[in-house]
Amino acid sequence: MATRDKTSERGRIQVTGFDASIVTERDDLVDWEAAEGSKSGTSRRAKAWYRFKQNRSAFLGIGILAFMVLVAVFARPIEVAVAGQSIPIQPIQLAPHSTDTSLVASNTPPNAEHPFGTTQLGRDILSQVMVGARFSLSIGVIAVGLAVLVGVPMGAIAGYYGGWTDEAIMRVVDILYAFPFLVLAIVIIAILGQGFWKMILALVIVGWIGYARLIRGEILSVKENEYVMAAKALGARDSSIIFKHIVPNAMAPVIVQATLNVGTIVLAAAALGFLGLGLQPGSPEWGTILSGGRDAVIAGRWWVTVFPGLAIVFFVLAVNLVGDGVRDAMDPQDTGGDTGGGFR
Amino acid sequence: MSLRRYVLKRLLLTIPILLGVTAITFAMVHLQPGDVIDVLVGFNDVSAETERQLREQYNLDEPIYVQYVLWLRDAMVLDFGQSFISERSVGEAISTRLPYTVLLGILALVISIAIGVPAGIVAAVKKGQQADEVSRVAALLGVATPNFWLGLMLLLVFSVQLGWFRTIPPSDVAVYDPALLKFMVLPAITLGTASAALLMRIMRSSMLEELNKEYVKMARAKGLPERTVITKHVVRNSLISVVTVAALQIAFIVDGAVVIEQVFSVRGIGRLLLGAILQRDFPIIQASVLMIGVTIVFANLVADIIYSYLDPRIRY
Repeated sequence: MATRDKTSERGRIQVTGFDASIVTERDDLVDWEAAEGSKSGTSRRAKAWYRFKQNRSAFLGIGILAFMVLVAVFARPIEVAVAGQSIPIQPIQLAPHSTDTSLVASNTPPNAEHPFGTTQLGRDILSQVMVGARFSLSIGVIAVGLAVLVGVPMGAIAGYYGGWTDEAIMRVVDILYAFPFLVLAIVIIAILGQGFWKMILALVIVGWIGYARLIRGEILSVKENEYVMAAKALGARDSSIIFKHIVPNAMAPVIVQATLNVGTIVLAAAALGFLGLGLQPGSPEWGTILSGGRDAVIAGRWWVTVFPGLAIVFFVLAVNLVGDGVRDAMDPQDTGGDTGGGFR
Repeated sequence: MSLRRYVLKRLLLTIPILLGVTAITFAMVHLQPGDVIDVLVGFNDVSAETERQLREQYNLDEPIYVQYVLWLRDAMVLDFGQSFISERSVGEAISTRLPYTVLLGILALVISIAIGVPAGIVAAVKKGQQADEVSRVAALLGVATPNFWLGLMLLLVFSVQLGWFRTIPPSDVAVYDPALLKFMVLPAITLGTASAALLMRIMRSSMLEELNKEYVKMARAKGLPERTVITKHVVRNSLISVVTVAALQIAFIVDGAVVIEQVFSVRGIGRLLLGAILQRDFPIIQASVLMIGVTIVFANLVADIIYSYLDPRIRY
């Protein structure tokens, strides 16, 4: 036992039976810091990124998505109308034909000039699929983004405050949950009418409840942690506790869910388009192209349905590969249970 | 908590949700832009006499909460009034369409369970092996394929190209008619496979969770053959958590049915709902939406009760 250092200073607590030399032989504090750091902050992100990089199928997914985004952006020139004049900001044109004007030949099977064939209205399907990527991709990303922006604060507030706030928000969630995803979206569109932003609004109204439930559950388990108590003791405002301390620590499953959800939303949007409730008829959105699919198939015009459908399959597949990769990267303990998509 | 008390508590919790569902359904008509009368008649010109009748039928001169209570009273005895487009009662329209949707749903559920559960078991037992990988890819494809597109492709291959099935359902036949049952094979496969993909992944992860538990070690240690361990112990316990997602599956299948009925032109509730939306026939929309909502609420209720019966721990 080391000799005790006696101190005469007032207020000092004298520790006896404690050998300072043992402490230095303990595990390095650096390890402990790294382990703590891995629970929050950049180190965790770095580790997640490292695990993500090891995942080949996730990179395949990213490759497909990147390709589709490029095709969507460069499919047709983008022009901005400023003061009566249209100024091109993206002059490249990958799609061989315009999607608005009809060609001479309608219902042509795939050939050299029209690799995917043409529709009944004589529009080139390859060009439609390429331009359609713009609609489907943007609907997926915007609707999911807005649903997260609505659902996360709602769920966070419900979970943090509890009591009647929780009751009120979660009862609304329960009631909306009583309707199947698509049925509710169909009903909302029946009320609002058709159109790009109306469809997004419908998908957000249906979509936010999933995030509210998810983040509420996370917050209920996170909010008992000491750091929340510490923040409260330091006099932090509720809003800053929720959004600066609790939410960032509960976001991991939300990010995973949001990634996978882009695929679900694109599928739902395509289904709405197929039912004739999506965008205006004739728009090159993937689902809307398929809206006359049944008649085309029965008439033997298979190319009208095969190619837009494959585009949807590839996109959603890629989203799911990336989403699975994100989940595995963020939570390596997970047994990799259910594959995304099954959001509800 | 005894099972009876749990069921009672759960039933009580269902009441506000049911009220909310009816309120949303009721509000649909009133959320429309424009006068309610215009919405109800689909913005067609109607005589003052019809308008007066409608006002009376829908109690439009009463305050809104009285309207809701009166509407709710009628809805409870399944009286949804007349359809404005087809001049027949909504109840009749629904009852003639309902059997087809129920048939489609049950067939799909059977297919989904018949594929999903065994595939999930195999995937879990052979974790990391080829069978597991195959199931993973199959599930990914199942999730990524839009069900209506799968339906279109099946229709193309088996009905149009091979001519094995009719492209339109036989009309005016009973639900148990062999011709109709045969026709329903493709729609049921379309609907069932997507749901099977989901079920398989849930079964797999629930099996993997159970396989890690102590009692499995115990059963193996006492020398039970692996087959007995899996079938008698693990599968039984894993199925408990599959029951909880049964309600989810029903919502999934109802969702799918709306679209699939359109693909195969099955004259079910989904087609009724869509037709009504395109024609803005609100009594029909309200009745079918309310019916779907109530079905899902009760499916959830039944799933919870079965779960609490199988696993008494959750009756906290």
